[in-house]
Amino acid sequence: MTAEPLATPQSSGSPLLEVNDLVKHFPIKSSGLIRRTIGQVQAVDGVSFTVHSGEALGLVGESGCGKTTTGRLVTRLYEPTSGSMKFEGHEISTLSSRQMLPYRREIQLIFQDPYSSLNPRHTVGTIVGAPMVVHKTVPKDKVKGRVQELLEIVGLNPEHYNRYPNEFSGGQRQRIGIARSLALNPKLIVADEPVSALDVSIQAQVINLLRDLQKEFGIAFLFIAHDLAIVRHFCPNIAVMYLGKIVEVGNRAQIYETPHHPYTQALLSAAPDVKQAAIGGRRERIRLEGDVPSPINPPSGCRFRTRCWKAQDVCAKEEPPLMQIGGRQVACHFAEPIRVVTIADSTAPEANSGRRESDRV
Amino acid sequence: MTETLDKTEPKAPSHRDGDEPYLVVEDLTVQFPTYDGLVQAVTELSYTVKLGQTLGIVGESGSGKSVSSMAVLGLHDVKRSRMTGSIRVGGTEVIGANDQVMRRIRGNDVAMIFQDPLTSLHPFYTIGSQIVEAYRLHNDVSKKAAKLRAVEMLDRVGIPQPDRRVNDYPHQFSGGMRQRAMIAMSLVNNPQLLIADEPTTALDVTVQAQILDLIQDLQREYGSAVVMITHDLGVIAEIADEVLVMYAGRCVERGTTKHILTHPEMPYTWGLLGSIADVSGDPEKPLVPIPGTPPSLLNPPTGCAFHPRCPHRDKVEGNRCATDLPELRKGRFPDHLMRCHLDDAAAIFEAEVKEEVLR
Repeated sequence: MTAEPLATPQSSGSPLLEVNDLVKHFPIKSSGLIRRTIGQVQAVDGVSFTVHSGEALGLVGESGCGKTTTGRLVTRLYEPTSGSMKFEGHEISTLSSRQMLPYRREIQLIFQDPYSSLNPRHTVGTIVGAPMVVHKTVPKDKVKGRVQELLEIVGLNPEHYNRYPNEFSGGQRQRIGIARSLALNPKLIVADEPVSALDVSIQAQVINLLRDLQKEFGIAFLFIAHDLAIVRHFCPNIAVMYLGKIVEVGNRAQIYETPHHPYTQALLSAAPDVKQAAIGGRRERIRLEGDVPSPINPPSGCRFRTRCWKAQDVCAKEEPPLMQIGGRQVACHFAEPIRVVTIADSTAPEANSGRRESDRV
Repeated sequence: MTETLDKTEPKAPSHRDGDEPYLVVEDLTVQFPTYDGLVQAVTELSYTVKLGQTLGIVGESGSGKSVSSMAVLGLHDVKRSRMTGSIRVGGTEVIGANDQVMRRIRGNDVAMIFQDPLTSLHPFYTIGSQIVEAYRLHNDVSKKAAKLRAVEMLDRVGIPQPDRRVNDYPHQFSGGMRQRAMIAMSLVNNPQLLIADEPTTALDVTVQAQILDLIQDLQREYGSAVVMITHDLGVIAEIADEVLVMYAGRCVERGTTKHILTHPEMPYTWGLLGSIADVSGDPEKPLVPIPGTPPSLLNPPTGCAFHPRCPHRDKVEGNRCATDLPELRKGRFPDHLMRCHLDDAAAIFEAEVKEEVLR
């Protein structure tokens, strides 16, 4: 696994999606007759990243860190409070819905829950064909043929065109959702936790499908997930979010082998590692105390400082900016690498029997 | 199965034979008659857990892992389910036990932690009063003493300011704290056996790590037996001494965690291992998913339930996988049991599967 540069050579020109200082605050209204705004949920607070065409950027973080909100902002399902989003160089954050229409064709979404994201009263044909009908990209008489083609691409039987979502299993439904997102030949797919609702054996099927599709059609992905292992598997570049901010961005090797931000290190060390645990016993965990603070009233300065073991006075006073350190970007005053995960093929002797083995009879 | 069957059965209830493990499940079969037919949720399941040990039960949704553990607590409606076999908790037979016996066992000898702490805590009562209720059911103490005990337990599971938080309602707790409160409630009577049914599935990884650490610490402190039910092999790897892999209501493989994760001998376990991405390992290698979907328990496949999805069924002569149910037999290691017709499963794993699966 060699370190890849952040920008792939063929796309070193302008990125497909360039997000700059994106902010989304949800107002909290008081109850009663006059509903005054009494606070803001700072769901996304100044997030910047780029996605190059044909590339996958992973967005990881715990629940409530704003990763889903970011995905919905990029697809313009939410209106951003401020900030800019450039798609192929065009500013899309301020477009009216009519002006947005051509860009919606290019940016599609895969949802987390395959049970609630498909209309139970529509047939698979209607669901997958709907984007083509709305955007009039395919003549009406050709829609059926194209839908069947798409069903075949995602590994479903094209004959199932007339079936309803309830006749399919979770994994198959997620494939229907994927077929729908492919219907308009998008350049960017925002995949919001596409496999977390599925069984383990089905997760692998869907991940492999997404990988194949990406290779075949050169689609860029904004891959939102909480599962670090799956993100590592799917995305060459990864951004780690905490409480509405990006704390570290880098390529796979930088994030997983030499994480610099304490939060990235804690997140990685908390992720269970089956194969390592099986052969080498458990690694030492970085224990994070407490829970993620409320985004209504986030801590001053660095937002991670309340749970950080490195925190000092400066962390409460000054918010660390995203700084370039050896090709990666880190937002920490005390950034330094710690190796948390033992990456495979570094020799892991099987004789090392680990902690739990010793207390076995 | 064999090593538990040859033990003499202690008939006297509530008197434990010195050698018998704390929890003994023998030939447990749970069926639910429905309008569509008989759901064979668990079939002839046997396992044992000793005090101080952790058994991990792993399987996909619908594999019967939760149903089997709910049977231990007697949580199945006798009118709507058929149960045969034997479950002994500390020597007391649970199947067919009357309500009085069950009430004594439930919460006192055996406690359960559920997956979703928000739905398993009552929203109208404070955390404290729910713990107090659980404690006073089994202990004849004053409300005041019970409340002190509740505060003590909340403190023990790491809830900050327990004397104040004891008066909070469940919605005032975060997900991780709710799960801690659940653990406090389940441990308030010092149960000998703790059943954790996907206790961390609804939680974030950092909180999951905290909860798993907590369960392990408490187990070491109280020396209790733990049954950890999960679909996540990562959790199993972190916490379990022994693993039982379930598929379509049956045990398909059982052994020590190390053996199951490094030398599995059942193709379904190979499939599970191949399906998971890992934070180490080569990301360029594609995952090896199990083809197809889990079977319906209304109408499970003939022979080996896994045969429609098994990539190795051609290696068995005479199509036996589709016709004969393989026996649970000894694998390569002494404590290793597996249910597969493959004669040389260990060799096949080493030669063909290991490279793909253990990236």
